[in-house]
Amino acid sequence: MNPLSGCLLLSAFLFAIGLAGALTRRNAILVLIGIELMLNAANLNFIAFWRYGPHPEALTGVMFAIFSISVAAAEAAVGLSIILAVYRHSRTTDLDKLNSMKG
Amino acid sequence: MNWIVRNLWLIPALPLFAAGISALAKQKNRALAAGLAIGSMGISFLLALCAFAHVLVLRSSGQATQQFFNFPWFQFGNDWLSLGWVLNPLTAVMLVMVTFVGLLIFIFSIGYMEHDENFTRFFCFLALFASAMLGVIISNSLLLLFMCWEIVGLTSYLLIGFWYFKPSAAAAAKKAFITTRIGDLPFFLGIVWLYSQTGTLLFYNNGAGCLEPTAITHLLSQTTAIGFCVATGIALLIFCGAIGKSGQFPLHVWLPDAMEGPTPVSALIHAATMVAAGVFLVARVYPLMSAHNGIAGVLTTSTALQAVTWIGAITALFGSLVAVAQFDIKRILAYSTVSQLGYMMMGLGVGGVAVGMFHLITHAFFKALLFLGAGSIIHGCSGEQDIRKMGGIRKLMPITFATYAIAMLALCGFPFFSGFWSKDEILHAAHHWNISQLPYYMGAFAALLTAFYMTRQVFYVFAGASRLTEESTDASHADPHANTADHHQGPGTIHESPAVMTVPLVLLSVFALLLGFFGTPAWPWFQAFLDDSPLAVNFGAFFEGGILPVMLISSLIVFLGLGLGWYFYGRKPIVSAEAPDAVGRLSPPIFTVLGHAFYFDALYGATFIRLNTLLSRISDWLDRWVWNGAVKTITSLVFGFAHLDNFLDTHVVNSGFDEGCESVSLSGRILSRLQAGRVQGYLKIVACALIVFTILLLWKARV
Amino acid sequence: MTISFLLLAAITIIGTAAAMSLKNLVHCVLALSLGLVGLAALYMQLGAQFVGFTQILVYVGAVAILAAFAIMMTRSASPALSNTASSFRASGALIAVLVFAVLAWATLSGTPAQPILTTAPESSVGQVGSALMHRFVLPLEVIGLLLTGALIGAGILAMDEHRGNQPRGER
Repeated sequence: MNPLSGCLLLSAFLFAIGLAGALTRRNAILVLIGIELMLNAANLNFIAFWRYGPHPEALTGVMFAIFSISVAAAEAAVGLSIILAVYRHSRTTDLDKLNSMKG
Repeated sequence: MNWIVRNLWLIPALPLFAAGISALAKQKNRALAAGLAIGSMGISFLLALCAFAHVLVLRSSGQATQQFFNFPWFQFGNDWLSLGWVLNPLTAVMLVMVTFVGLLIFIFSIGYMEHDENFTRFFCFLALFASAMLGVIISNSLLLLFMCWEIVGLTSYLLIGFWYFKPSAAAAAKKAFITTRIGDLPFFLGIVWLYSQTGTLLFYNNGAGCLEPTAITHLLSQTTAIGFCVATGIALLIFCGAIGKSGQFPLHVWLPDAMEGPTPVSALIHAATMVAAGVFLVARVYPLMSAHNGIAGVLTTSTALQAVTWIGAITALFGSLVAVAQFDIKRILAYSTVSQLGYMMMGLGVGGVAVGMFHLITHAFFKALLFLGAGSIIHGCSGEQDIRKMGGIRKLMPITFATYAIAMLALCGFPFFSGFWSKDEILHAAHHWNISQLPYYMGAFAALLTAFYMTRQVFYVFAGASRLTEESTDASHADPHANTADHHQGPGTIHESPAVMTVPLVLLSVFALLLGFFGTPAWPWFQAFLDDSPLAVNFGAFFEGGILPVMLISSLIVFLGLGLGWYFYGRKPIVSAEAPDAVGRLSPPIFTVLGHAFYFDALYGATFIRLNTLLSRISDWLDRWVWNGAVKTITSLVFGFAHLDNFLDTHVVNSGFDEGCESVSLSGRILSRLQAGRVQGYLKIVACALIVFTILLLWKARV
Repeated sequence: MTISFLLLAAITIIGTAAAMSLKNLVHCVLALSLGLVGLAALYMQLGAQFVGFTQILVYVGAVAILAAFAIMMTRSASPALSNTASSFRASGALIAVLVFAVLAWATLSGTPAQPILTTAPESSVGQVGSALMHRFVLPLEVIGLLLTGALIGAGILAMDEHRGNQPRGER
């Protein structure tokens, strides 16, 4: 059990938690948070491989993580504004009720 | 060609036209039907007189008296079937007789059938009959003759069974038709054979006809397997048709039962004309009948004519024997007709066309007169037909009595009446027949019996006091022979018939008296006319050829018969209707046998009718179970297929389609569950895909 | 597997697990913040200090706060219905467990292709900046565009449609 595996396991765990939240929570915002967690787990993966993998001077992992964080932020903003718009329209954030795309 | 020969077809066509229109008329259009029938018959009579005059003119100017007109009818392959008509002395004489007697009987029927509700139908059928009979007479083609012959048989059936609601009448009609049919089958075979041998069915066709010398010689030269030549074979087959139609010996059984029809029908059809058609047929094909392979110049009779003679003689004797023991006025006359037809055939056989035809012509007049007189009597007695229940008519119906007496004497052959001359010709020819004298003796004995039974009948009906009672004038349930034309109340109301009925009687009696003088040996106009031989008045002819002895003997026979009749029936008046017959008392068994006509009906019933019933039962069984079964099997097969089809259609095709659509929409419904509209569901699927792919990749990487 | 790593991992796990399972939404966001801080500390522990600080700045400082704002604004009058596990939820949890199992198996069953680096690499801000300007300049510009687009888009999406009626009073 080397340090890399430990980090990877942790990241896998975080990913699973995030997925579990995204799949089971009814509130749309919590689903979004779960997705953020999944992104974070991926980030951790990148950083782990940068730290324990070859050529860390290329800073590839770090760059990737930085860009991932930016994108995640943008996506969180847009996602939350969509949820707000939906909330304004149908007065609910319950995903079970938002199934008009059914069929 | 003279217009009358070209237009000879009008003579049968006019009554046919009348019949056609009457058939469409309503029951109440009596005047129309009767008027049409009598009018057309009258015009036909005038045309027949024209034809007769034409032949006379030809004869007196010395030309050939035979003219014909043929036309092709239809073609098959390279052959043509032709029809046509011929005008020769034989035709002319028969035409005049049939149209004249027919006309008188039509007029008589107006009075006789006045109270019958089927008046129009009667005249329609009468006209149709007249048309067919005239067609038989003028026909130059054996085929056309046969076609008209069959129509004659049909109308006879229709008229005998005129009162079809009476079971006895319906049965009699059926019997007549079937019995004549039995004769017609060999007739038809003869026609076919003749056609196959000579290639033509026209009688006269400028040398190419089947009765002309070329054809006859050809027929004589061929021999059949049995031994006699083809000409004899064909002649015998054709004679079978005459046996059926003219009621000769084995096929006589229908004629007495035919009296079920109305009396005018009996007079016209079963006395004067239809039954004479058989005799006429033999006379028409006489060249064929008389053709023989003997030595020319020596008098030989052909085999066919010998058969004709024997059958005629047997019939003559048979008919007169049976007539002695009958009690129905019309049945006596019916058996008398059978007997006289036998005489005619015998005459044709032993003496030739002229001898037979002369008796046919005279017989037509006095027999029609006898029947019409009987009709008048029945009409006057309100439907009674049993002579035991009649009596004393002489004073009550004098005109009927006088005319009836004249006819009766003519039938018996009383000297100088017409029957005397014609019957004597026959007996004379039979006496000089070189094959056998037996026909002569049979004929002589039959003449004796004829005189006897006619006297018996006259004494029963006309003499003494009336034995007619109230019961016998009711619709006679006891008497099966009464017709339904009864409307009077009792013996006190017997009266002479109206003029429309008595005038024809008187006219006919004139002819019954005078017609004979056309054929006396002193002036044999009739014979010369038919034979196309020269004519001269010659009183000396009486003393030549053994004529006088035969005449004297036959006169004696007649007187003997009349005397015997008076002895048994005239000496003591017949008082009661139940008293046994005078001759019957002498020998009851023989009388019973004669009364039942030698049990021929019973014999036929036990043999042929039984066989026929058996066959018809077998046919019925076959029809019901085998053919019907086959049809039903096929039907049920088809139905089975239809049901199968229906089943397939509903459950396989239809529901297959439905099921298909159902499964499509079901799969659609199942698949649409994937799109539940819930985001987390989609996400789960993505996650599952992730798991699957990861496993796959790792697995590959491990390996 | 040093103590610091384990400790930080525990904090992260507790935080994120709490974020995903608490009933009160505000508590979830707060727990999420804890988890994210734990992650940032992990980044720093692993040597990527810049990333760690960026994590705190962006995630904790912006994303989590944004989520809290969203929760506040979408609060409905009726209390949140119970989050009892139905088959839908159970299958979701199960899938998550399966994913973890697969990933863990992948991690543990393989041997690294390259040898593990034991010495910590250098990553100063200057190096990050120069990498950004030289090697990763294109992604940087694209990120800028992306963020601009996201900004505008989010703004439009969240814009109140009944803006024109606002002076009338009723909303």
